Amino acid sequence: MANISSVDISRLKNGEVNLGTSIMAVQFDGGVVIGADSRTTTGSYIANRVTDKLTHIHDRIYCCRSGSAADTQAVADVVHQHAQVYTAVYGEAPPVATAAALFEKMCYDNKDQLSAGIIVAGWDKEAGGSVYNIPLGGGMFQQPWAIGGSGSTYVYGYCDATYQEGWSEEETVKFVKNTLALAMSRDGSSGGCIRMCVITKDKVERHFVPGNELPRFWEGKEVVGHMNGQRVGVTA
Amino acid sequence: MTSIGTGYDLSVSTYSPDGRLFQVEYANKAVEAAGVAIGLRCTDGVVLGVERLLHSKLLVKGANRRIASLDEHIGMASAGLLADGKFLASRGRDEASSFRDNYNSPVTVQILSDRLSAFLQAYTCYGSVRPFGLSTLLGGVDKTGPKLFCIEPSGVYYGYRACAVGKGKALAKTELEKIVSKEAEGQPGISVREAVKEIARIIYLVHDDNKDKDFELEMTWICSESGNKHAAVPADLLAEAETAAKAALEEGMEED
Repeated sequence: MANISSVDISRLKNGEVNLGTSIMAVQFDGGVVIGADSRTTTGSYIANRVTDKLTHIHDRIYCCRSGSAADTQAVADVVHQHAQVYTAVYGEAPPVATAAALFEKMCYDNKDQLSAGIIVAGWDKEAGGSVYNIPLGGGMFQQPWAIGGSGSTYVYGYCDATYQEGWSEEETVKFVKNTLALAMSRDGSSGGCIRMCVITKDKVERHFVPGNELPRFWEGKEVVGHMNGQRVGVTA
Repeated sequence: MTSIGTGYDLSVSTYSPDGRLFQVEYANKAVEAAGVAIGLRCTDGVVLGVERLLHSKLLVKGANRRIASLDEHIGMASAGLLADGKFLASRGRDEASSFRDNYNSPVTVQILSDRLSAFLQAYTCYGSVRPFGLSTLLGGVDKTGPKLFCIEPSGVYYGYRACAVGKGKALAKTELEKIVSKEAEGQPGISVREAVKEIARIIYLVHDDNKDKDFELEMTWICSESGNKHAAVPADLLAEAETAAKAALEEGMEED
């Protein structure tokens, strides 16, 4: 039975840097919003509290990385290179579906060696905004929204209950920000700040929410307390 | 062909002193001996048609087709050696399916033409092989719209609005130019349904009753009516086009 434990792909090596993470991508009419917390850990030590887990793949394609920092960086680098070659050979940007397929192939073929959960999202002229989820085993699922990382388990219900089709860019950004704040509050391996990115035909726009300005709309009065009948410390 | 017997035509890897590859030119001769194949790019799709010459009355009707599907949305009509055509079609299917595997997206007609032309070109470089005796029409509808390409035995390929290869291609091209020039004059482009009739007419016109005996008309299209998939032109439409083609031919003869 010893070999059974050796195929435990989610286990990290001793001292390996982990993206115990909350990541997310949501599609809206005309683009996508992606977001992530900023915590990187080695065990209980926060190796980086301002990490950027939103990684550039091509002009209008980004990915959100979770799992081993080393593995996901390596995979993203290879796909980034493939995307550049694609542009050189075919004279146009690769579709998001193509970038996702390249991720899927890498993650599936090397599933025994990798610990990588990746969300690929972006805009292309064929499909508009689209989101592809590539979880641990190397499957590929196109979804209107996707969440990932250790923090995502706490907020599936919130997303299911809250998400609606037809949101504007602003509403989608708010949804991503709120969801990540909820995930970061419950998940010990997630935290720090929120980084977000809006990708449309015309722009790639980054948003940053510092740790002291995270949404606290969900905090009850037991936590926030009352002052002269007014809730305090509520920022969203 | 005054250079025959000068020794420069024995290998495809030897140039003649004036820079020609005779084996490639001979391959073009093999194409000229085959029944005509016509492709027409329309406003709403692409139509492919071939004149399938029957060398025996014993052949099964509709057998030995010369138009193949390379992917759902791409058809290939070839003129030349039938077996070379089947081999190239098989290679084309492999390329189309590997593109889908790698990129999760259907290959465009242009990219597939590029891959197949590179494949053909390799057969003009080595003494141990002969060039393909084929001119190939690739037609399809992809994300860039309706597209038509012709690949020659040398490995060059060009995009076309209309193209004809094989026996009688010169006459067929003159007819196609008349159709295409209407569009250039600002008139609306031809539709696939009209193109089916035009191609049938041209193939009947080009067919040489004296030299070749019988032929079958084989026609496929890729258009919205076929769900943007490569499919045979419906039998009733094809029959209608053939009847009209025969009538047009009779009319032409009376004028002469």
